[in-house]
Amino acid sequence: MTIVSDKPDVSEEAPKGDPSPSKASAAVKTRPGALAESGSPLVRPDAAAHLSDEQVAELGRELDAIKDDILAKRGASDAAYIRRVIKVQRGLEITGRATLLVSKHKAAWVAGTAMLSFAKILENMELGHNILHGQWDWMRDPDIHSTTWDWDFVTPTRSWQHTHNDLHHRWTNVVGKDNDIGYNLLRMDPSQEWKPFNLGNPLYNAILAPVFEWGIALYDLELPDYKEGKKSKEAMTRDLKALGLKALKQFTKDYAATPAVAMLTGSGKQALYGTLTANAVRNVWAHAIIFCGHFPDGTDTFTEEMVEGETRGDWYVRQMIGSANISGSKFMHLMSGNLSHQIEHHLFPDLPSNRYAEVAPKVQEICKRYGLPYTTGPLLKQVGSTWAKVFKLALPPKKA
Amino acid sequence: MIRLRKLARAASLLTTPLAPEDILSLFNPVFSARQLRGVVTKVVPETADSATIFFRPGRGWQAHLAGQWARIGVELDGVRHWRSYSLSAPAGQDPAITVSDMGAVSGALVRGTKPGDVLFLAPPQGDFVLPEHPRPLLMLTAGSGITPVMSMIRTLVPHRPDSDVVLIHTARTAADAIFREELAELADQFPNFRVTHWFTGGHGRLDFTSASDLDRLCPDWRQRAAYACGPEGFLDDAETLWEAEAAEAPEAPSAVEGSLTIERFSTKLAGGEGHDGGLVTFEASDREVEADGDTPLLDVGEDAGILMPSGCRMGICHSCLIPLRAGHVRDLRTDEVHGEPGQLIQTCVSAAAGPVNLDL
Repeated sequence: MTIVSDKPDVSEEAPKGDPSPSKASAAVKTRPGALAESGSPLVRPDAAAHLSDEQVAELGRELDAIKDDILAKRGASDAAYIRRVIKVQRGLEITGRATLLVSKHKAAWVAGTAMLSFAKILENMELGHNILHGQWDWMRDPDIHSTTWDWDFVTPTRSWQHTHNDLHHRWTNVVGKDNDIGYNLLRMDPSQEWKPFNLGNPLYNAILAPVFEWGIALYDLELPDYKEGKKSKEAMTRDLKALGLKALKQFTKDYAATPAVAMLTGSGKQALYGTLTANAVRNVWAHAIIFCGHFPDGTDTFTEEMVEGETRGDWYVRQMIGSANISGSKFMHLMSGNLSHQIEHHLFPDLPSNRYAEVAPKVQEICKRYGLPYTTGPLLKQVGSTWAKVFKLALPPKKA
Repeated sequence: MIRLRKLARAASLLTTPLAPEDILSLFNPVFSARQLRGVVTKVVPETADSATIFFRPGRGWQAHLAGQWARIGVELDGVRHWRSYSLSAPAGQDPAITVSDMGAVSGALVRGTKPGDVLFLAPPQGDFVLPEHPRPLLMLTAGSGITPVMSMIRTLVPHRPDSDVVLIHTARTAADAIFREELAELADQFPNFRVTHWFTGGHGRLDFTSASDLDRLCPDWRQRAAYACGPEGFLDDAETLWEAEAAEAPEAPSAVEGSLTIERFSTKLAGGEGHDGGLVTFEASDREVEADGDTPLLDVGEDAGILMPSGCRMGICHSCLIPLRAGHVRDLRTDEVHGEPGQLIQTCVSAAAGPVNLDL
């Protein structure tokens, strides 16, 4: 009897040319758990340069303890929370959509569009984003699970989970590895080479905001990887098919089926404007919140040397100094899908979102004690800061 | 039916990516696009630590045969747990399970269930069912092993008063004997139905090492089709006795006469011996978990939040099969280490023997 001691290579069984699931995931599977056991990265980021290896290791242990504390407490009240949000969201969505059916009355249009906008924001952020992260997988409820959930957003969940959960969260803010820095469209870091194309930075961003979901869908196709031959034709065809099907269903629901039913009351055109507006509102909001996560002043980006030999503690440090929070009311946190706790989310991407607020003061205290920045600010200030960067980086770097 | 399906498809144009059921579940909890559910209608205490739970299942449930079991999902502190329970209600009536408090899940069911609660369900299954044609029967049950047999008795006895049924039920004390009063009433009413309660607290265990106890309680037991349900040891002993009788019999007994059908609750696993485990990779779920060599892969996956298919949790129903991609597993019943790529693994009775990749 032989016992296989190495990690078995199963690539032979994968369909030819198909990078998933085994081969591609083997490459990106280097999760926090598989980080270096000890030591330090080749270069430690400036903001953390004053910390010794031992201090970074201790910081890692403290953050692990915070996570373990939540894992021990997680239970029935959390399950009740996510089910409550789902109920409220679905109630808002069907009421909003029903109200739009009589939207030739102006008040009905305003109320219906507002309800549908709120519903779409909740659905996208507190539900979709977080459930697709696996934050609620521990419940083992097939109705609320990262492998079964689908969202009211054009990009297919599998594609998004790959670029977001695997690539962005693993390589947060590492220039050249995390394409979320500008989404292959904007120049969002001074170390990205300036090209004349970048003069349009503010224009592209203004156009992107109201159609953000389509931008993300396009981004998730990983066209640059395909052009460079890193993504196979088969994988591309598969992703395009998935996107086409999803986009068709989304388009039909909002821009054909809902207005068609509303035509029965003579509100067809108004209902169409209503769903268009609701999608645009959700897109602009999601765009704003997501840009506030890693682009405001005070967030760092990193070089590939900084992740070479990274330990768990260093990984935590990078998540903290590469992310920014948004301060505000409980309602704002809910509407942002708790991405206003971006720092905590990046430290613990699969902890249930309703627990981030509880964790935040502890994380902030740790940052203070270790002399690390903890970037946060009100929404308008953070949005202003990201736009300032969009404008500034449109221009070529000043010659020294 | 067909029109309903068309309507559902039309409605899904408006609800995508949700199914119409996801919206309907706002109004009635038995609706779900993915998971069969039931609403508890009544909870009846049976003994100090057992209760019968009646429920109204949603669409997709099939009527049960007397003696069958169903998987029931219960939430403990927000986490879904699945266990199999025999249905105690007679065939043709609303389903009910009779549960004895023997662990965290059954304890929560017995003590924490109230009308209106939602149970998660899988359709009834199992072939521990009544024979197709009438014949004299012997039922041997111990403890909560009475549940599937109770369904058979309730189905058969009142509707076929001529049916000849002997029930020998063993329990620790009279107070622990589930359905005692109802059984006594049935025996009064139907002379062809005879019940013997055997209390191990007073008499010790029913002795299957020789035929003498059975000869005394039911002299013609060799001519009856026998059904047995109870703990592992009870069933093993009964099986040994029937095998010995078959070997001694001058001529081979006919397929039905003198046959023994058994229903097991649990299987002895060879766990807890400190075998080496390994890294378990759930490939499609893209998750890796370090597992020891004594924990079933089913538990390993569930603890990692993966939606594992599951069934009886004792290696008999094959509902939990997952294709092995690479590595070896140890069968916790036999200790045998095996594994071929593509082989379907029973995760409920298999543990990691070194690194394992599963196609889930």
